[in-house]
Amino acid sequence: MTHTDNGFSATRRLILQGASAVVLVGLGNLPFGLAPAFAAANDKYPEEAFKAKSEADAIKALYGKTPEASDKVKMDAPEIAENGAVVPVSVTTTLPDVTSISFLVAENPVALVASYKIPAGTMPSVANRIKMAKTSNVIVVVEAGGKLYSATKEVKVTVGGCGG
Amino acid sequence: MPIRRREFMTLAGGAVLSAGLPRLARSADSVYDLERFGNARILHMTDTHAQLKPVFFREPSVNLGIGSMQGNPPHLVGKAFLERFGIRPDSADAYAFTCIEFEKAAQRFGKLGGFAHLKTLVDRLRSDAGPGRSLLLDGGDLWQGTGLANVMQGADMVAASNLLGIDAMTGHWEFTYGEQVLRSNLDRFKGEFLAQNVFLTEEAAFNDAKAFDPPSGRVFKPATIKEIGGHRIAVIGQAFPYVPIAHPKRFTPDWKFGIRDEELQKLVDGLRNNDKVDAVILLSHNGMDVDLKLASRVTGIDVILGGHTHDAVPQPIAVTNPGGVTLVTNAGSNGKFLAVLDLDIGKGKVANVRYRLLPVFSELLKPDPAMQALIDKTRAPHADDWGDKLASADRLLYRRGNFSGSMDQLICDALRGELDSEIALSPGFRWGTTALAGQPLTMEDIMAQTAVTYPETYVVSMTGAQIKDVLEDVCDNLFNADPYYQQGGDMVRLGGLAYTCTPAESVGKRISELTLDNGNTLQAARSYKVAGWASVNEQSGAPIWDVVARHLKSGKPPNRSAPGVTLKGVEGNPGIAKQV
Repeated sequence: MTHTDNGFSATRRLILQGASAVVLVGLGNLPFGLAPAFAAANDKYPEEAFKAKSEADAIKALYGKTPEASDKVKMDAPEIAENGAVVPVSVTTTLPDVTSISFLVAENPVALVASYKIPAGTMPSVANRIKMAKTSNVIVVVEAGGKLYSATKEVKVTVGGCGG
Repeated sequence: MPIRRREFMTLAGGAVLSAGLPRLARSADSVYDLERFGNARILHMTDTHAQLKPVFFREPSVNLGIGSMQGNPPHLVGKAFLERFGIRPDSADAYAFTCIEFEKAAQRFGKLGGFAHLKTLVDRLRSDAGPGRSLLLDGGDLWQGTGLANVMQGADMVAASNLLGIDAMTGHWEFTYGEQVLRSNLDRFKGEFLAQNVFLTEEAAFNDAKAFDPPSGRVFKPATIKEIGGHRIAVIGQAFPYVPIAHPKRFTPDWKFGIRDEELQKLVDGLRNNDKVDAVILLSHNGMDVDLKLASRVTGIDVILGGHTHDAVPQPIAVTNPGGVTLVTNAGSNGKFLAVLDLDIGKGKVANVRYRLLPVFSELLKPDPAMQALIDKTRAPHADDWGDKLASADRLLYRRGNFSGSMDQLICDALRGELDSEIALSPGFRWGTTALAGQPLTMEDIMAQTAVTYPETYVVSMTGAQIKDVLEDVCDNLFNADPYYQQGGDMVRLGGLAYTCTPAESVGKRISELTLDNGNTLQAARSYKVAGWASVNEQSGAPIWDVVARHLKSGKPPNRSAPGVTLKGVEGNPGIAKQV
């Protein structure tokens, strides 16, 4: 009746497939990625954007335009944070020509948390841990092909306690 | 069978109860003699909370559903529940599944559950299915909930689980003994512990902490495949997603949890496409509302066998999703019920299912001698510690309900009286047995309400604004319109403070009219002396069970003041049987 577990090997297989995909994409695009990477490094610190209180002001200061919601921006964030001081939030996208990815927390005293320049040929995938003052919408903005796309998810920061 | 004798005597006294006659005249043979169906039998139990002995447990009279959840299972109580599921009033099933006339019915039908009785029923149902044709699954909260489990850190329950023959389980309170104790319990557990949604933190992974699958960081085996009658059944474990939030983080510092339905989807797809399983079962400790939402998003699961929210739901709820239909169940608590899922499995799919949630009527089942001997032997060294009568129950003492229960009022009275505070806070746990009026209360009864690994009481000064914030926060865990943001407990219980709650409001706007016992309104800026227990932050006061015992022994008159929660906007909601 009891058989050995195959769920494990399935998981492992999936991971291996995933790993090979990463390698192929990386190799395929690498030669084209070098020059823009150096260019991006020269951009100056977006001081105004990091001072803005609201997420709309921060996005405007950073990009000078407004994003549209897109299901091609895949954000992974917890529904309820295990620790508001270090909330893991990551994003990947299938959008082509990504040039930057930014993270914002609407209810933080300063909305913009981080903005990453994505050199051409780099996989558009960023994972970081952000600090949240309280329950808030977390917004990810992806700049791709000169346009802005976003995804939003509410992350709850709770005092905890009282499980069933 | 005592139940028949007792009922016979009642019936002889008059024809008043004739409506119940056909049901009551049944014997254990007719109640538990199930028509054969399908080719695989899955037995599911959950949230027994280590209740080795039969118990009284009153189902809630308030279990509100808000928004799209209003009026839908599991948010039905009392008569609305009976009507929805076609259960005859005044029957043994009505007693098991609802709170209607609980005290009267408790006298008629007696206690439910108990592992010796459960063992008899499990063995019988597995034997009916035939050798190698069944599985016994447990949804967690199996190893915590009594004084015995607390001092033995779950070891008593591991032995009982092994004797019962549990093939696989997942967990929740099991984690609150900490990693070292959990691992030692799992070493002795003969079944498999499954959890697809527990991962190493980045720091722990970097430090090479122990994991079942280091590349993914999965701490435990996520799924198992069992072969029954030539068909392959995958069972996936889903642990309680919010362990480090609902409990002190210090118990599980290296692990992160969460619902993780994307990882779950990948797992299901792998089992279906690569392992070619014929059926996929999710053994879940999400809670029923979370499971219902998950079933609408994740495809490829045939049945979610659910727990955590202690909802005894007699029939599965069918949820459609882009891949087809997933059935969602919830199997009650405290050992009261055993679910029987009979599957008719064909190649690559489940052709049909039959589901029953059987109440475990202790008086209809002969206790299994081996399990009874194990229970007696395990309890013996502690019998003297907990057997003394502290007081008698001054009224029906129960816990379950969204806002309050008479047992928690007693605990709040004890906190305020013994720790000399204006306000008491007590967590809205859903476990804890029921005591009938007049019943002697022993330390064992008090432990059954309080046996946690962080029982320390505290006294703090909190402003009115802070108190309101806590209430709003907990209330949102209960009534957030999106089930993924709920944690599955009930509202924190209050002593010395009345309030009005509008569950359909948004967070920050649900709690109003906070009023102290002396009639004064709670002031946002003023500080109040607040006592409580089971804090997620480390505390150093006496354990709550000692505080309650001291209070009971002091013989102070019981505080019979009303629980003091006024509800707004719930008129006509079938999740409420009477005012709180």
